[in-house]
Amino acid sequence: MTTATLAPAPAGAGPTSGNRVGWAIADIKTVTWRNLINYTRIPEQIFFSSIQPIMFTLLFVYVFGGAIKIPGGESYVDYLMPGIFVQTVMFGAVSTSVGLAEDLQKGLIERFRALPMARSAVLGGRTTADVCRNIVVVVLITAVGFAVGFRIGTDVGLFFVALLLVLFFAYALSWGFAVIGLSAPNSETAQLMAFPILFPFVFASSAFVPVSTMPGWLQGFATNQPVSVVINATRSLMLGGQWQSASAEWKALAWCVGLLVVLAPVAVWKYRRTA
Amino acid sequence: MTETLAVEARDLVKVFGGKLEVRALDGVSFSVQRGTVLGVLGPNGAGKTTAVRILSTILTPDQGRASVLGHDVVKEAGTVRRLIGLAGQYATVDENLTGRENLRMVGRLCHMSKRDVLVRADELLEQFELTDAANRPLKTYSGGMRRRVDVAAALVARPPILFLDEPTTGLDPSSRQDLWGVIEGLVQSGVTVLLTTQYLEEADRLAERVIVIDHGKIIAEGTPAELKADLGTTVISVTFHDAAAAREAAGLLKGLSPKDASVDGSTVELTVEDGPKVAAEVLRTLDQRHVDVAGLALREPSLDDVFLSLTGHKAEEPSDGADGAPAPGPAPAGAGPPGHHETDHEPTGHKEVAR
Repeated sequence: MTTATLAPAPAGAGPTSGNRVGWAIADIKTVTWRNLINYTRIPEQIFFSSIQPIMFTLLFVYVFGGAIKIPGGESYVDYLMPGIFVQTVMFGAVSTSVGLAEDLQKGLIERFRALPMARSAVLGGRTTADVCRNIVVVVLITAVGFAVGFRIGTDVGLFFVALLLVLFFAYALSWGFAVIGLSAPNSETAQLMAFPILFPFVFASSAFVPVSTMPGWLQGFATNQPVSVVINATRSLMLGGQWQSASAEWKALAWCVGLLVVLAPVAVWKYRRTA
Repeated sequence: MTETLAVEARDLVKVFGGKLEVRALDGVSFSVQRGTVLGVLGPNGAGKTTAVRILSTILTPDQGRASVLGHDVVKEAGTVRRLIGLAGQYATVDENLTGRENLRMVGRLCHMSKRDVLVRADELLEQFELTDAANRPLKTYSGGMRRRVDVAAALVARPPILFLDEPTTGLDPSSRQDLWGVIEGLVQSGVTVLLTTQYLEEADRLAERVIVIDHGKIIAEGTPAELKADLGTTVISVTFHDAAAAREAAGLLKGLSPKDASVDGSTVELTVEDGPKVAAEVLRTLDQRHVDVAGLALREPSLDDVFLSLTGHKAEEPSDGADGAPAPGPAPAGAGPPGHHETDHEPTGHKEVAR
């Protein structure tokens, strides 16, 4: 009685449970595309977000590096680069928070919510776009690393496995930074909120200095927190030798899976609740 | 059975928590016939946007229910989303994408066919006179062009129902006229429109029926003509040299308008049907009584006048000062603080003036 009097169905009407997954994937693709275009439309953002990891690399190699002694007398740049990879993707993850907070603030997500699109596409598209961006970043850091004297200690295959691990870790973290973005009142605050969470994990880690040089009370945290675990695994895969540790690799994988399994549902829950 | 209503809302209640509980909607019921335009008129914070957000499935009501073409907005949210288009100040498009990219994105997210997405985007760009700017990012657009993209984006999937949340707030008068033309064209093509606005003039021009909403409640309902008949079509604003003269004049002018004159500091306002004629009478009366007039102005009733007339209090000032809303009337020097606009029901200074 009601539907019979409807105007001709609008374009794209009619969901069937069969193509729901297909639609969700199509929607994630569309939102990813939109986010990637956004990156290219702000060239300043690309320029400065590329400059930052380069400066970090140069800073640690040429300024601080001389003062940092690596056990076994290994070259500092080899020790450093696995840490730089992880540090860079982590700092980059702040843009997940900022981007989502901005979409909320400007009303884009409001519009999305009234569209017949998959609910999962906003977060799915955001985190997928972040993976694409991180692939570019990782290639850039590889080039910079080789330019300043970094050399693979294992083989190219394991080096690529290490990069995949870094990308997977970044993907899991994206969901956590999405939660921050959804909790922040605006994009400026999202950025301010993200950094205090990042700093202790990035700097109280094995990224830049051996944990054994830190005071005892800090070593427990610095050794076991996920960023150090992932960096140790990355070192194991890229350098081998004294850093070779199968247990670090498995622990890192477990952390990545664990973080993803916890953070993704929290982000989805937060997204549903954010009106 | 009669034709299904385009939109129906029954006893909608929405309370926002926090330290100060706000009843954004406090038992609101209304309906929109298919192919018509309903204007929802009210000041900022009246509950207009909350109502639109519930109808467009973004929020769920705490109590009551709403349906779009017979489909419940909570239980059948997915179906409702395929029947509606939403555009408004809180539901925008991406300013880093071009106009064309924005429309294509919405088309894809509505699961239109690839070909249809491309054709429809170009069709809308043409219709909204955006073809020349189609490949420029939105941040280079003027305010009026951005609103046109907003409305166009709501139309991509050819929805039969359109929600426009304050479509012209913040636009200059000529862009506003343009957008009104666009909306009128849509209505002619058979689209049902629910439009929220702060401007009486906009509701008058576009809507067949108007509900006036304040503090989450509907305080008046009818055609624009009915509302204006209640209210008069012209406001005569007479300014005196001091408040005492104004109070005296209000007494003298009693009977010239269907409603009592309102006094605000040294200004008296009358809302009448035939402005020029009554204005002449006003001057004649005051001249006979030797009351000096400092200034006289005629103007269209504003939203403030509607509120003053309906509720006895002024519509609150738009909190968003950047939106360029027209000032609610000339504010005479020495006027009381906003929100203390008294209606002079019982003029006390009513006495014969000595010759």
